[in-house]
Amino acid sequence: MSETPLLDELEKGPWPSFVKEMKRMADVKPYAKNVLLQLERSYREKVTHWKHGGIVGVRGYGGGVIGRYSDLPPEVMPTPEVHTLRVAQPAGWFYSTKALRKLCDVWEKYGTGFINLHGSTGDIILLGAPTGNLQPCFEELISIGFDLGGSGGDVRTLSCCGGPAFCQWSCIDTLDMYHELTMELQDEIHRPRFPYKFKIKISGCPNDCVAALARADLAIIGTWRDSIKIDQEAIKEYARQGVNISGVAARCPPQALEWDGKELRVIPEDCTRCMRCLGALPKAILPGDERGVSILLGGKATILQGAFLGWVIVPFMKADKPYTEVKDLIRRILDWWDENARTRERIGELVYRVGMRTFLKAVGLPPVPQMVYLPRANPYYFWSPEELEEVK
Amino acid sequence: MAAEKKYITDIGPPHYREMVHPVLLKNYGKWRYHEYVAPGVIKHVSMNGEEVYMVRAAVPKIVSVYFVKELCDVADKYSDGYVKFTSRHNVEFIVTDKKKLDGLLKELKDRGWPVGGTGRSLKAIIHTQGWVHCHTAIIDAPGLAKALYDDLYEYFARDDLPGKLKIAVACCLNMCGAVHCSDLAFVGMHRKPPVVNDDIVSRLCEIPTLVASCPTAAIRPAPEKKSVIVNEERCMYCGNCYTVCPGMFIHNPKYDCLSMWVGGNAVAGGPPEFSRLAIPYLPNNPPRWPEAVQAARRVIEVWIKHAKKGERIGDWIKRIGWERFFTLTEIPFTDKHIDDFTFSLPTFRTTTLFKWK
Repeated sequence: MSETPLLDELEKGPWPSFVKEMKRMADVKPYAKNVLLQLERSYREKVTHWKHGGIVGVRGYGGGVIGRYSDLPPEVMPTPEVHTLRVAQPAGWFYSTKALRKLCDVWEKYGTGFINLHGSTGDIILLGAPTGNLQPCFEELISIGFDLGGSGGDVRTLSCCGGPAFCQWSCIDTLDMYHELTMELQDEIHRPRFPYKFKIKISGCPNDCVAALARADLAIIGTWRDSIKIDQEAIKEYARQGVNISGVAARCPPQALEWDGKELRVIPEDCTRCMRCLGALPKAILPGDERGVSILLGGKATILQGAFLGWVIVPFMKADKPYTEVKDLIRRILDWWDENARTRERIGELVYRVGMRTFLKAVGLPPVPQMVYLPRANPYYFWSPEELEEVK
Repeated sequence: MAAEKKYITDIGPPHYREMVHPVLLKNYGKWRYHEYVAPGVIKHVSMNGEEVYMVRAAVPKIVSVYFVKELCDVADKYSDGYVKFTSRHNVEFIVTDKKKLDGLLKELKDRGWPVGGTGRSLKAIIHTQGWVHCHTAIIDAPGLAKALYDDLYEYFARDDLPGKLKIAVACCLNMCGAVHCSDLAFVGMHRKPPVVNDDIVSRLCEIPTLVASCPTAAIRPAPEKKSVIVNEERCMYCGNCYTVCPGMFIHNPKYDCLSMWVGGNAVAGGPPEFSRLAIPYLPNNPPRWPEAVQAARRVIEVWIKHAKKGERIGDWIKRIGWERFFTLTEIPFTDKHIDDFTFSLPTFRTTTLFKWK
C-alpha cells in the first residue's frame, strides 16, 4: 500500500503534478522522502507541521535563509531541519541552461532537490536543506555565480519584467535597472536592519507585468511624457484587414483618439497612457520618445492595516543609466522609513499614519495633482511654523 | 600557513547579458511589435524584421532538479540553450527558427506540459508554498492550485474567454503573492482566536511587538505573567500575532477554512482594484478541495455566459453591479460581506440607486 494515499490523488489529472516531482526526489533521497511523508501527514491532519522560525543563516549574511524545523517527534520525522534558501534570480528570469544545470547540481548535492521556480517575490526557492549544509551550499552557489536574496526586515530581492529583451513597449531598460539597483543594494538585501520588508519591482510600461503597484513598497514603472507614436500606414493596413479602428477610438477611456476614416489622431494632453490602443493595434502604435519612470509607493497585501495599492509619489523622472536619481530617491525613502517606522510597519502604513505632507517634505518631493484622485474634502489641514513666518 | 581561501559574498545575481538569448540581445530595445500566433505562442518582430517565437508552457511551481534538467534538455534542443520564466512562473522557450516550432509544440505535448496562458486565457495560478514549507500555512496552496488547474485545464489552452483570468491562492493572510488583486482568489482563514502559551510568550516574544501586531488591538499585556491576554471578541483571527510570536498558536484544523475572493486586477488600462469577498467559508478539504473548485468553476461559468468581450471578472461585475453578481451566482450574501475594518466607509452604498437583484 502507498505511504502517501492522499498526495497520490494529486498525481491524477491533466495538469503536471508537483507531487510527482517530489516523489522523483523522494525515490532517491531519504531526506526528501521524509519531507514528503510529513506533507502527507499534513494532508491527513489538515495542519502544517513546521515549527515557528529558527535562526539559521550563512556567514556574513542575516537574510536569505528561512529556518524551518519540523514539530514532529524524531521517530516520526528523523530529519527535522529543512531550511529554505532564497536565491536571487537573474533579471527578468532569463537563464542559460548551462547556469540552470549547475544550480541543479549544487542543489541535488546539498538539499532535497525540490526547487520552487519561482517564489512570489521572484527568487529561486531551494526548498529544504539541513543546517550543516547551508554554508557549503552557499559557498558553492557563489562559486557558480549565484547569490542569496532577501528575507526578514531587509530590502527583498527585486524583480522586473523582461522589458527591452523582447517587448516593444518597455520605456526603460528594466533588466539593467534591476541589476544595477540590486548591486547597489547588496548590503541592504543581505543584512536585515530595517523595520520590516521593503519590496522594489520594476515594470517597463504601464501594463505593469510584474504587478508592481499592487505588490511593491516601491513600484518603478516605465512611462513616457510626450505623445504615443502612430504609424498611419500601419493603421490603414489594419483598416484594410477589417480591424474596427473606430471601435478602438471609441473605447479610449479619456477619449483622446480621433478617427476620421483615414487617419487616427491622438490628443496627447488627454492621453493617460493606459495602453489599450497599443494593445489593440500593436503594429501601428508605440510609446512616445520622452521616456522615464513613474514611481509609486506603498503597495502591499493585507497585513496589518489592510491591503494598499501603491500611489504616485513621482509622476515622471528620467531613469537613464546609472540611475542616480532613482538610487538617491530610494536611499532617502529607506533612511526616512528606517528612522520613523514602528517595528513591522511597511512604508505605506507609515506614510498613511503620518501623512503625505510629512513624507513629501522629508524626502524632498513636491506635491502635484497627479498624486491624488481627489483633493481633500475636509478642512482639517496643518500649517507649518515656517509657512506662518511670512505673516506680518 | 596556507593562505585562507577568500570568502566571497554580495556578488548579486548572474548578469542578465549572460542569461538572455543572443538573438534577443541583438535586438535589445529594438522590438517593433508582437502578435498572438496561437494560444501559448507569441511572435515578436524587431525593427529589422527579425522574428522570434516565444512558446509558453505551464510547469508546477514546485519541481525536482530532474525536471529542471528536462526543461534544459528541451531548451537546448529548440531554443539554443536559453529559457525564460514569466512573471507568473510559466516557462518560455525562445524559438528563432520557425521550422523548430512544430517540433517543440509536439515535444511539449508529449511531455504533458500544457501550452497556453496567453491573451484572454486562464493564466498560471499564483500560489504560496503551503504545508511543504511554511509554518503559517492554513491550507496547502500547491495542492489546491493543482486541483483548480485540473478542473479548469481547458481554459489555459484557449484564448477566447471574455478577458484574462488570473487566479491566486494564498495559504494564509500573509498572502505572499498578490492575492488581493486577482480576478479570483482563495485565502486560507482561521476562525478561532490564538491560544496563548504564557511560557513561550514570556521566554521568546517581545511583548510590545506582539501587542502592536494586532490590527484590532485585541492583545494587551499581562505584566504579572510576562505574557499577554487576548480579548477574544475583538480578534478576527488574522494570525499576525502568531507570525511574530510562536506562543500565539492559532492553527485549529477543526475550524480553519478557505475564503473565495473575486473581481480584482492589478493591471493598468483602468485603475487597479482589490479582490472582494465572494464566499466567506469553504471547507479546507484536501487532497482535492472539491467545494472550492466547484465554487470557482461556477463563478467562471457565470462570467463566461454573461460578460461582454474584453471584460475581466471585475469589469463585468462593475457593469452589472454586485447585487446582480450575487443573484446570478446564487452565492448567499452575509454579514461577513459588509466591511467593518479600517477603510470600510467608502464601500457603503450612499445612494438610493441600486438594482433589486
